[in-house]
Amino acid sequence: MIQTIAFYLFAVLTIASAAATILSRNPVHSVLFLILAFFNAAGLMVLTGAEFIAMLLVIVYVGAVAVLFLFVVMMLDIDFAELRAGFVKNFPLGMLVAVVLLAEMVLGIGAYKAGALDLGTPDGTAATPAGASNVEAIGGLMYSRYLFLFEAAGLILLVAMVGAIVLTHRQRSGTRGQKISKQNARRPDEATVNVKPEVGKGVSL
Amino acid sequence: MTGFFQNLGMSYEWAWFVSTICGILLIALPLMLAVAMIIYVDRKIWASMALRRGPNVVGPFGLLQSFADGLKVFLQETIVPSAANKGLFLIAPIVTFTLALLSWAVIPFNSGAILADINIGLLYILAISSLGVYGTIMAGWASNSKYPFFSAMRASAQMISYEVSIGFILICVVLWAGTFNINDIVWAQKGHVFGIINGFVANPLLFPMWVMFLISSLAETQRAPFDLTEAESELVAGYQTEYSSMAFAAYWLGEYANVLLMCALNATLFWGGWLPPLDIPVLYLVPGFVWFLLKVFFFFFVFSWIKATVPRYRYDQLMRLGWKVFLPVSLLFVVIVSGYLMATGHFQ
Repeated sequence: MIQTIAFYLFAVLTIASAAATILSRNPVHSVLFLILAFFNAAGLMVLTGAEFIAMLLVIVYVGAVAVLFLFVVMMLDIDFAELRAGFVKNFPLGMLVAVVLLAEMVLGIGAYKAGALDLGTPDGTAATPAGASNVEAIGGLMYSRYLFLFEAAGLILLVAMVGAIVLTHRQRSGTRGQKISKQNARRPDEATVNVKPEVGKGVSL
Repeated sequence: MTGFFQNLGMSYEWAWFVSTICGILLIALPLMLAVAMIIYVDRKIWASMALRRGPNVVGPFGLLQSFADGLKVFLQETIVPSAANKGLFLIAPIVTFTLALLSWAVIPFNSGAILADINIGLLYILAISSLGVYGTIMAGWASNSKYPFFSAMRASAQMISYEVSIGFILICVVLWAGTFNINDIVWAQKGHVFGIINGFVANPLLFPMWVMFLISSLAETQRAPFDLTEAESELVAGYQTEYSSMAFAAYWLGEYANVLLMCALNATLFWGGWLPPLDIPVLYLVPGFVWFLLKVFFFFFVFSWIKATVPRYRYDQLMRLGWKVFLPVSLLFVVIVSGYLMATGHFQ
């Protein structure tokens, strides 16, 4: 009973906010609707018993990725007239992407219905091993059967991170940044000097 | 509690529903009262540190000051700036306030006295606290004003930066406790050091983590010395500049509920939660929630003490501390703690 209500609540909100993401005119509203869609998708995952994935979805996508996204969109100065002018030109490309996505979805659902994939039981509940919590089950699989794939994913992320840092890091000359270790290492006897200038002569530092 | 309502002749589902509602009210209403009183305590502590008297007019010792303030803002007019994005402007304080209450669902007040005893309690807290930034960003953007927008940008950068190191610190705790369930994390601290001291904080490997967690929780709740989002001298009042009446009050309540939550997390994750400080049978005669509240109050005192004494950080110093000091050190400690636990066979 309560599961059914919760399911329909989350499902309807996910679809409605996903539709609102592409329909709303204001890009900031779009991003906020996208966040709502993520959040409700996390709710659906909790219902299927994948609470660990749900929390990761919220922490990673909602808490980090979407914040940066929102950040960028807020700073952008978007010209709506120009955006709408490009609609006819981009329409064929958009249709192509939509058809590819539809085909992938049909294929994916077909493969799942055919039972070729060992993902879970068809009634939608994930088959977690008995007696193990979600976190333990995922950890157990990830660090044994899929260890090399996991490490490869980690390496790819590391390379991406190094790449991003290399791309954005630039050595600027002439800046006067604060070096806290240097400041802390400074002692009075090297920072101050006592001079007794003669009358009529200045002090050179 | 579900069983109690089932005994009254309800079906399981209705009993669950009613008991959950009761549980939420049992946590949320005292929490609101606690927030009102803790604002008073905060002001009294700053006042005595500044050799002032603090609020002392409304009620005995000024105890009713927060309620008078609440009544005042309640009677004020809600002003929505004409250039503001109305929907978001009004939703933003609601989001902040709701999120501040949500995390309390997984905080154990006593052995088993917890609204939602879930396996992933700590991840849930991380998830909710990572959502907290939206209230601020939405307010800053929807106000359509310079200072709130600057404040929102500062807040989002600050909260994301410190969440990373908080995540690593919590991983150290989780590794040692072997669970994400907060109640079990408290149990894991029973007699942790020499079999007599309750609390991870006495553990030499976790003590530095606690110090970093305390500082990060100051940054996460935007309290001094990291209150750059509402730096009065630069940003008027930060993201709340355009807010008035109950919307403003919702921000205040949310902010203090978050501060209390961070105090509760400090107490629960490192200081043994509702366990007494020492594992001596006599101390267990005092009920668990008394120990818990004492610890929360102690941390709140530390928070106000810091606010009363420490000058504000500069923005680049804040970022340096988060990314160049806390992140590498907490990552190092994850490696050290997991290495130690593997070497000593803790996981068997």
